[in-house]
Amino acid sequence: MTEEMIIAGFGGQGVLSMGKILAYSGIMEDKEVTWFPSYGPEMRGGTANVTVIVSDTRISSPILQEFDTAIILNQQSMDKFEEHVKPGGTLLYDPNGITHPPTRTDINIFKVEATRTAVEMGNPKVFNMIVFGSYLKVRPILSLDNVEKGLQKSLPDRYHNLIPLNLQAIQKGQEIVEDVQLV
Amino acid sequence: MGEVKLMKGNEVLAEAAIRCGCDGYFGYPITPQSEVMETLMAREPWNETGMVVLQAESEVAAINMVYGAAATGKKVMTSSSSPGISLMSEGISYIAGAELPCLLVNVQRGGPGLGTIQPSQADYFQTVKGGGHGDYKLIVLAPSSVQEMNDFVDLGFELAFKYRNPAMILADGAIGQMMEKVELADSKPRWTKEEVVEKNGSWATTGKPATRKKNIVTSLEMDSGRMEQNNLRFQDKYRKMEENEVRYEAFQCDDAEFILVAFGTCSRVCQKTVEMARAKGLKVGLLRPITLYPFPNKIIKELARKALGFLSIEMSAGQMVEDIKLAVYEAGSNARVDYFGRMGGIIPTPTEVVEALEKIFSWELSYGVKRSY
Repeated sequence: MTEEMIIAGFGGQGVLSMGKILAYSGIMEDKEVTWFPSYGPEMRGGTANVTVIVSDTRISSPILQEFDTAIILNQQSMDKFEEHVKPGGTLLYDPNGITHPPTRTDINIFKVEATRTAVEMGNPKVFNMIVFGSYLKVRPILSLDNVEKGLQKSLPDRYHNLIPLNLQAIQKGQEIVEDVQLV
Repeated sequence: MGEVKLMKGNEVLAEAAIRCGCDGYFGYPITPQSEVMETLMAREPWNETGMVVLQAESEVAAINMVYGAAATGKKVMTSSSSPGISLMSEGISYIAGAELPCLLVNVQRGGPGLGTIQPSQADYFQTVKGGGHGDYKLIVLAPSSVQEMNDFVDLGFELAFKYRNPAMILADGAIGQMMEKVELADSKPRWTKEEVVEKNGSWATTGKPATRKKNIVTSLEMDSGRMEQNNLRFQDKYRKMEENEVRYEAFQCDDAEFILVAFGTCSRVCQKTVEMARAKGLKVGLLRPITLYPFPNKIIKELARKALGFLSIEMSAGQMVEDIKLAVYEAGSNARVDYFGRMGGIIPTPTEVVEALEKIFSWELSYGVKRSY
């Protein structure tokens, strides 16, 4: 199993930290992981993206042109990455702020109302964990036990009291993800 | 098994330095390697092992602090990125001339000048061919993973002390910023004062006992005859390194007609390229030099007997390709050697490399034999 994915959105949406929790969860499952961020001035307020690779075997290139999965959280990233999903791959997006929804018919498209749900849950910060939950639902590559361990490992001790809330958000994301059928 | 963590390459450099018993780090921040000193400062190793961590006023000051501290026989290091290494180059030449061991790290970014903060490998010539003035060589290790960022700190110090010569880890911004699973080494204590005297007392300024003459550490020798002798001694040392310290990894080279040669981040890209090319039925292998100096000439000469072509994949305008050409020429082979790469902070993708390979070697791919000129 090798899952090559890109998570892309605005700086501040928790793109990089979602990738980190995913990578840590992979380690808990004894997988090889690589987390490769875009870095540089564009991170301050602009778009942010991270390539995450989880694999049973040694990971080759962290630089990829095509992805098994793209998690897309703003229009700029949609414009940039929709075409880079492998045929038969998965695209998961939050429709909030998306003016041009994906149009490809050769990939599996899923939608999660994460921004709205996070507000409804009373904590916009769990936004990324709702998206993460949706991802785990449509690409069940990691067990929830290991995701919980991944959260413990990647969050500093002072935030450990927030783990139940994060798990709740992951649960929520699994419930609300919608399969988008394009014909 | 050591502790397993998810860490950035830069953070691992700092952690590995503490764990391998490093005595001192002197540096000046620069993107994309600032996390090295940031991690060290946060870890406060001076409380744990007594290691000194000092932010100097400039790169020039930092490298001269390394020079001074290395003269005492202790394990000291610095890290920087391309423009900072240029500033340090005078000091590095002095350290090599004074035959002092130390560990240098260059997490390369794109140049020339201030350039960009994105990854690059355009400091290959600077690192392998000199950088500073005079006939000196650095032992150069090129990590391609976060795990190797950990492993090469200890190895770098070991080789530096074995040859009394500065060693450099030549990484790039991608490996510095990337997080991967890493198994950290177990902690080793720093050398005690007695151990430093025992290991390095013959040349270092450890305090003069009555039993020997004073040790003088300098790169200066006004007598030309003696200076030539010094140079001959350095050259002997470099020949020994070339004999004993070459490291490389060959990936699917046994039946390969085309050999990609790449180090660091590019070698990771090329591993994927090999998989993609093999899936298309092309017999492609990858040679990954781990030591850039000493360069793995011998294996290239061996491969040149069978291979139709070599393609050097670099994040530069083509620098390592010259060393490959030399080796192929020395082998008397007419295998064709070419280069493909990106510059300015852009990393070539595996797809691009496959396309480049097919384009550059279209003749050989069509006819299956070496093209003669």
